[in-house]
Amino acid sequence: MRFAPCSLRLKGKMEPLIQVQDLVKVYSLGEVEVQALQGVSLSIDRGEFVAIMGASGSGKSTFMNILGFLDQPTSGQYLLDGINGERLSRDELAGIRNQKIGFVFQGFNLLSRTSAVENVELPLIYAGTPTSKRKEMARNALSQVGLEGRSHHHPSQLSGGEQQRVAIARALVNQPSILLADEPTGNLDSKTSEEIMGIFQRLNREMGITIIMITHEPDIASFAKRDIHFRDGKIVDDHVNLAPSNAVREEVEK
Amino acid sequence: MTRLLASLRIALRALMVNKMRSALTMLGIIIGVGAVIAMIAVGSGAKKRIAEQIASMGSNMLIVLSGSSTSGGLRFGSGTVPTLKVDDAKAISTEIPAVKYVAPTLGGVAQVVFGNQNWSTVINGTTPEILEIREWPLSSGRSFTQQDVDGATKVCLLGQTVVDNLFGGIDPIGQVIRIKNVPFTVIGVLAPKGQSTGGQDQDDTIIVPLTTAQKRLFGMQFPGMVRLIMVQAREPEVMKDVENQINDLLRQRHHIQPNQDNDFSVRNLTEIMSTAQQSASVMSLLLGAIASISLIVGGIGIMNIMLVSVTERTREIGIRIAVGAKGRDILLQFLIESLVLSLIGGILGIGVGIAGTVVLATFTQWPTLFSIEAIFLAFLFSGSVGVFFGFYPARKASLLNPIEALRYE
Repeated sequence: MRFAPCSLRLKGKMEPLIQVQDLVKVYSLGEVEVQALQGVSLSIDRGEFVAIMGASGSGKSTFMNILGFLDQPTSGQYLLDGINGERLSRDELAGIRNQKIGFVFQGFNLLSRTSAVENVELPLIYAGTPTSKRKEMARNALSQVGLEGRSHHHPSQLSGGEQQRVAIARALVNQPSILLADEPTGNLDSKTSEEIMGIFQRLNREMGITIIMITHEPDIASFAKRDIHFRDGKIVDDHVNLAPSNAVREEVEK
Repeated sequence: MTRLLASLRIALRALMVNKMRSALTMLGIIIGVGAVIAMIAVGSGAKKRIAEQIASMGSNMLIVLSGSSTSGGLRFGSGTVPTLKVDDAKAISTEIPAVKYVAPTLGGVAQVVFGNQNWSTVINGTTPEILEIREWPLSSGRSFTQQDVDGATKVCLLGQTVVDNLFGGIDPIGQVIRIKNVPFTVIGVLAPKGQSTGGQDQDDTIIVPLTTAQKRLFGMQFPGMVRLIMVQAREPEVMKDVENQINDLLRQRHHIQPNQDNDFSVRNLTEIMSTAQQSASVMSLLLGAIASISLIVGGIGIMNIMLVSVTERTREIGIRIAVGAKGRDILLQFLIESLVLSLIGGILGIGVGIAGTVVLATFTQWPTLFSIEAIFLAFLFSGSVGVFFGFYPARKASLLNPIEALRYE
């Protein structure tokens, strides 16, 4: 694993996990140029649970892709844990995603015809973890989301909520610095959504995992500790949620 | 290593999911490899048969034929006029060191009688060296000797075909047959040689001492003359030299002026045969090449299916890249998939090729020959087809943009 030169790494103790400075992203669709992000700056500390809200086209997904090292900004700077992805190759970025970032998607994005435990193992395969250790780590991650009994079920045999929990286990298995969730409850009913939020809150509270979650539902955003609103490629609101809702705690127990 | 094993498992699973599709894709390779193996087997079989025929004829052999003649404007072919003497053969033997054996030969067709059976066959009067030159062992009895030649004894060696036609089950050794009404004692039977390249039955012959043939059978008209001289050179490399030396020697002995044509001709049979062998090699190469085309077509089939597979699995590829698969991980995954397709196809193709060849050989009676090298080569070739045609789809997959791939429906 190679990282960018560490000269940009800050020495202070309160170094934020995520530092974003004047981030601009321009897509050119033929003749037309679309400014998806028009100068976004923010920092997120370790242990935060942030909800990013905004209408579609507000640039929140573009922002998320850049945070996840899936996309590169047109200009501006993004540091994750002191790492600047600007000059890194495709494969180096893949390595950072593998080690530092866990993704949870709206559509779960599990591999069909592959068991839950094998889905969770996927990032470990690309990390080169030995098989025996891989199994153990995957089982641990599954038990963290309350699915220890269903590790050999295939996605088609699991409910939507269970599938999303497998996806969360996959995102957690490599012990990433940050969990990026793009509309994680978009395909789920409200009860299951709350269960998922319960898992997020527990991971955040008990294990100190930093979570950044995109949502357009205020209900869901209310579970986060900080709300950021995007409009037309800019942050229009960024406030601490003084009283986040508490999700039911029984979601894990059967 | 862990990653390689993991890639192999992923590839095998992907192939198992679409069993029918994988099987049909493999079929292209199976047919290709099978065709290559069958065609090479047929080609090498033909080559081997020619090689056997060369060996049965005798190696490093030259034939000196007595010259053509002109009689009243009518030209006769080689050997029609006896211009070669027994002394010419002796001179070739003593004056050209690279010559191993010579066998002056006089022959003709004659009726042979034993008991109430009779048979028409080729009688060759020659010296015992003929058996060395033609590498012709006896299946029973003994050969005649130089004493038999010197004393013009009435002994003979029979070819298997003659034995079959005159002696029905009786042991011919010691029996007396009549050639042109002259009694000859059978002292040996020649081992069967089969057909020559020209399709002649080489076993339909009788060999008698040269002098006996000259005095009793054919030589009355031109005493001391022979129709041809068989010459064996010591090794293949000196064939051309020996040919030239015989030419010079005989021109000198026959007092032929520089502007006159030879009254004899020298034929290098090995050369003729090696030409035949070369054409067999070319044929075998051609057959292999044509069969290889089907293997390449099979490879295109693999490429086609792999392209479809990459498109179908765009989302899967996107997930893999998002969670940290590097370009080479994806490349390897799809390359292994096409390699597995082509190698399994290759193994099955070897079976089909061997079975097909056996069936072909049984129905057509063609000579066939399997070689481990050809089978190994066809297998290796199928593997390279898999890698070659799998590379483009695999590379395409490895270069997918993860954002677009994840959005792909």
